[in-house]
Amino acid sequence: MESLDATNTIVQQEVGTKAHHISDPHQHKDAVGAKIGMWLFLFTELLLFGGLFLLYMAYRLQYTKDFVIGGQELNIILGTVNTIILLTSSLTMALSIAAIQRGKKDLSIIFLVSTILMGLAFLVIKYFEWTAKFSHGIAPNSPELLSKPNGEIVFYGMYFSMTGLHALHVLIGIVVLSFMLVFLLRNKITKEDYIKLENSGLYWHLVDLIWIFLFPLFYLIH
Amino acid sequence: MEKEHKEHFIPYGTYILVWLSLISLTVLTVTIAGIDFGRFSLFIALLIAAVKSTFVINYFMHIKFDDLIFKVFLLVALVTLASIFILTSTDIFFR
Repeated sequence: MESLDATNTIVQQEVGTKAHHISDPHQHKDAVGAKIGMWLFLFTELLLFGGLFLLYMAYRLQYTKDFVIGGQELNIILGTVNTIILLTSSLTMALSIAAIQRGKKDLSIIFLVSTILMGLAFLVIKYFEWTAKFSHGIAPNSPELLSKPNGEIVFYGMYFSMTGLHALHVLIGIVVLSFMLVFLLRNKITKEDYIKLENSGLYWHLVDLIWIFLFPLFYLIH
Repeated sequence: MEKEHKEHFIPYGTYILVWLSLISLTVLTVTIAGIDFGRFSLFIALLIAAVKSTFVINYFMHIKFDDLIFKVFLLVALVTLASIFILTSTDIFFR
């Protein structure tokens, strides 16, 4: 019991010295802990998409030719533009954090707004891509699609579910980043405490990472 | 903790260089997608995607400059994912 008390005192002392850096001594913040939590969440996301990629692999091995036919129907230009948009949005996200680290709030806001706008641009392009497919009668369960060979049905099934789930993540990312923008404007995210922005950034980069694999697997099959 | 953050500030220029590499790799992967490498096409495309991911994870996601625990976590997650893929593909091939 005594040793436990001794440990507690040491812990309290350590917390005391750490709290020194933070403006409000009653608010104990643990940026590393918060980040570990975020990474653990990202791993669950990795497994969620991992499962779909696994299914993709199994089907692609089974229906190699149909996947090639399906892949050639997709618009490489729109896919490439979206890739560049998402990569650039990841850059501005990283720059937004770099700016707040240096205490440049205005710059951080400009970069964050650019990130959000690029996320929206990605979704707009995705919308046009999907509606173009729909207008050709290619939609989940459409008679046109169901008349195609099994492999192509599976290809479009994977295409709609994987890019759809990804687009949903982009949308969630945009909402999260919009909240971060409000926090930045209200000085809830500052030079001293920007872990919220950092963790949202991690989420945004994960969404970018998934697209890095979705793009060659769907658009660049030959 | 704040101290650690300050030590690991990445210059704006580094991020821009990483971004340029990512864009170049995207142009590369699109360009060579038109060339027929036969069965290696998929392998090359995935290799480029893996290199791009390494850039994003190390620099944008900061892993390179984070504590060891983050690297260990990531390694465990990736090894788990890789084992699932290897086991499943072996199952498909030898079925």
